[in-house]
Amino acid sequence: MTRRFLALLLCALPLMASAADFDLDRLLGQLAQTRSAHATFTEKQYLTLLDKPLESSGELAYEAPGHLEKRTLQPKVESLVLDGGTLTVERGGKRHVLKLQDYPEIAAFIDSIRATMAGDRRALEAAYRTELDGRYERWTLQLTPTAPKMLAKVSRVKISGVRADLRQIEIVQADGDRSVMSIARAAP
Amino acid sequence: MIQRRGLIVGVWLLALVLGLALLTRARFSADMSAFLPAAPSAEQQILVDQLKDGTVSRLMLVGITGASSDARAELSRRLAARLRTSHDFASVANGEAGGFERERKLLFDNRYLLSPAVTSQRFSTAGLHAAIADSIAALALPSGAWTKALLPADPTGETLQLIDMMSGRDSATISDGVWASRDGKEALLMLYTRAAGSDTDAQEAVLARLNNDFAAVRAELLGHYQVLAGARLQATGPGVFGVEARERIRGEALRFSILGSLIIVALLWSVYRSWRVLLLGLVPVASGVLAGVVAVSLGFGMVHAITVGFGVTLIGEAVDYSIYLFIQSGAGGVGSAREWQRRFWPTIRLGVLTSVCGFAALLFSGFPGLAQLGLYSIAGLAAAALVTRWVLPLLLPAGFAVRDLSVLAERLAWGLRCLRRLRALVPVLALLSLALLIVLRQPLWNHDLAALSPVPAEQQRLDAALRAELGAPDVRYLAVVSGADREAVLRETERLAPKLDALVARGLLAGYESPSRYLPSQAAQAARQASLPDETTLRARLATALAGQPIQPAKLEPFVAAVEAARQAPLLSPASFRGTSLALLLDGLLVEQGGRNLALLPLRAPAGGIDAAALSKALSGAPLQLVDLKTASNRLYGAYLDEAIHLVGFGMLAIVLLLALALRSPAKLGRALLPLVTAVLVVTAGHLLVGGTLNLLHLVGLLLIVAIGSNYALFFVGSERSASVLLSLLIANLATLAGFGLLAFSSVPVLAALGSTAGPGALLALLFAAVLDRHEDA
Repeated sequence: MTRRFLALLLCALPLMASAADFDLDRLLGQLAQTRSAHATFTEKQYLTLLDKPLESSGELAYEAPGHLEKRTLQPKVESLVLDGGTLTVERGGKRHVLKLQDYPEIAAFIDSIRATMAGDRRALEAAYRTELDGRYERWTLQLTPTAPKMLAKVSRVKISGVRADLRQIEIVQADGDRSVMSIARAAP
Repeated sequence: MIQRRGLIVGVWLLALVLGLALLTRARFSADMSAFLPAAPSAEQQILVDQLKDGTVSRLMLVGITGASSDARAELSRRLAARLRTSHDFASVANGEAGGFERERKLLFDNRYLLSPAVTSQRFSTAGLHAAIADSIAALALPSGAWTKALLPADPTGETLQLIDMMSGRDSATISDGVWASRDGKEALLMLYTRAAGSDTDAQEAVLARLNNDFAAVRAELLGHYQVLAGARLQATGPGVFGVEARERIRGEALRFSILGSLIIVALLWSVYRSWRVLLLGLVPVASGVLAGVVAVSLGFGMVHAITVGFGVTLIGEAVDYSIYLFIQSGAGGVGSAREWQRRFWPTIRLGVLTSVCGFAALLFSGFPGLAQLGLYSIAGLAAAALVTRWVLPLLLPAGFAVRDLSVLAERLAWGLRCLRRLRALVPVLALLSLALLIVLRQPLWNHDLAALSPVPAEQQRLDAALRAELGAPDVRYLAVVSGADREAVLRETERLAPKLDALVARGLLAGYESPSRYLPSQAAQAARQASLPDETTLRARLATALAGQPIQPAKLEPFVAAVEAARQAPLLSPASFRGTSLALLLDGLLVEQGGRNLALLPLRAPAGGIDAAALSKALSGAPLQLVDLKTASNRLYGAYLDEAIHLVGFGMLAIVLLLALALRSPAKLGRALLPLVTAVLVVTAGHLLVGGTLNLLHLVGLLLIVAIGSNYALFFVGSERSASVLLSLLIANLATLAGFGLLAFSSVPVLAALGSTAGPGALLALLFAAVLDRHEDA
């Protein structure tokens, strides 16, 4: 009896260990392994101003640790490039270089993804309160801004993923507007 | 006799007192625009005005280096905030969002008057449908994040139209929230001062304030960011250049005057070995300098620092007269002073007259700076000579005598006799130099105004680098549209816009600035206003236009209100911009000049620079004038260089005529001229050989060689010859050389050019004259 219990316990140990071991450090450590990635996205935006959600789609590109690009192709071409602390918007043949912290709604989207993908725990925790749920096979990371200036615009960012892949990013804004971006990793 | 003596000394003393009184009221300036020519044509007037007090002249670019990016950014923010509270700056920009709230609100509130997209077509049902559908679709884009807030009041997207129109192809790089250089090692600010760039006093105060504020803000932040201890501020721009140039000119004028005087005093001391003689010898010099400054102050209203810097050369030349008097009258005392007046004064008088002739040519120069030099020298030399002739002998105490210099003089005479064996060398040198000038076939004259610029190359590089980083308008290319009044000019500018936009699209231009973007013509504004439907019509059209679109008409109430307000709003006028940085911008872009109104459209060069030929071809036939300020200024300078060549030619001709009249012998004239001509040729050839070209001030230097050298040459033409004459000439020459030769080492190009020609030239003129001397009893 005792022996069988012990055997069971021994068998269960790795499982328990894996569940207990899954924390932010481990997730971010795994995510940080990815040096570059390409993906496509479709996005739905639910705006209180509008009766129907807006849809858009395009491509994402990531280069560790600081370069993230969102190229919207539909309904119009517009690209958003984060490089270090600089945000560049290119539309209609013109480039606008912006200061990230002046546009918290964009910063929320782009910097939370960048920091998550880069496994940059310090950057994440400097701006957000983090809450991790699930297992490595299927996880959800909820980020809540800590700075009042950002909280006035963005209520929370919810990133879900499977292992080292990001699958969905949901951003809820303070005015009730919400966007859900679904990500499909492009074939390498 | 005693009475006459008292009278002369009295008149001189009175003149001195009067001169000193006037001196205290003289205004001194170091504004380099004195070396910008007075401009005769309208185009040139634009140029000179732009350089003096146009918007471009008010631009100040600031770079903060050292420390770390975040520390620099915080410093930039605090510094900008502090500068914005001051009245010295019309605009302070550092890339921070929120820096231009008033301007942004003004433009947003007037979007229906400003946006070229506002037409009655756009406000028809179909037009509204299309424009609103576009705006809604754009909400899905990343930029939708901030256009979302605009949509209820601006569903047709006029604000974006304005932003696209007003922003260039590229904007400056942002790092940690403020403008930074592309390499991220420098935080950048762009300031516009209220004071004109040529108002050097005001610019100096502004610069001092900037440096103080920088130091204060850095000290405040040191607790947070210790790295800031290594932060440095660099400023450039026309105003800064002016301040630094003035500093340098002032400093050098003072340094060279003191150093030159010390060398001359040391020289005289080594010869005279008597303080009394030395001080008496300086009496004519001091009188001359005083007369020169006072004459310029009276004649021009102000005295340029360069003129004063030039004073050192006058010291060198004016001291000659007393040297002649003391040494030539020898150890014989006062009696021989009278003797000297009889024997030598006519020769010296002729020398003074030739010098005056030479300098008089400068009086007619279109450069106020040169004319000042001319007047200064004429007044100074005449006063020094007159004081030497009439006053100085009266001041000499009874029994006054210079120590016996005959041993020195004899040695000199012996040396010269040896040198005369080389007589044949002089014409050979002249011919060689001439041949060299012909063979080298180099462009002799430098037609680039920058050759006179007192701004060191390093500063110019810094300025160019900061401008490129910030996309700041560079001063070079302008499209100028002219018309009878402001309205006509603005209408013309609006007609031109599509043409210029096409050039931007083709990449011929990186962008351009236009006054009609901020202040459209009244006609355009009225037409836009008239194309806005009234409230009832707009509501009706919206109801139809929004059918099938995911937005309820009720959400667009702010739009209906904004359109109605725009229909009633007064049209924009220059007064609408009062108190904003746009007022300054408009001031710079719309100028009135001699009854004509002009719009100046600064053109921004693409990365490879502007292809002027392609640009003027693309714009041929358009009612505008392309002004390349650099070429225009060089052309203008070239014209004045030509003028100066003529003036200097006339000056030299006048000297030759005067000599011909006085000497009354072609042979004597030839003997007087040969050393001068040879000296001029050798100096010119020497300058070309060391690789330089000659500018305006070299030319003046050449004239000075003739004007000064003729003094020496005349002695060798006359019949008076003695060892002491030779000695006096050598010492006088060394004194002149001390004055001019020092200037050659000046870092101010204007002074260096004068010094490096006149200095060696005067020495060579004496040497050649002495070598060529045929008088045998010397």
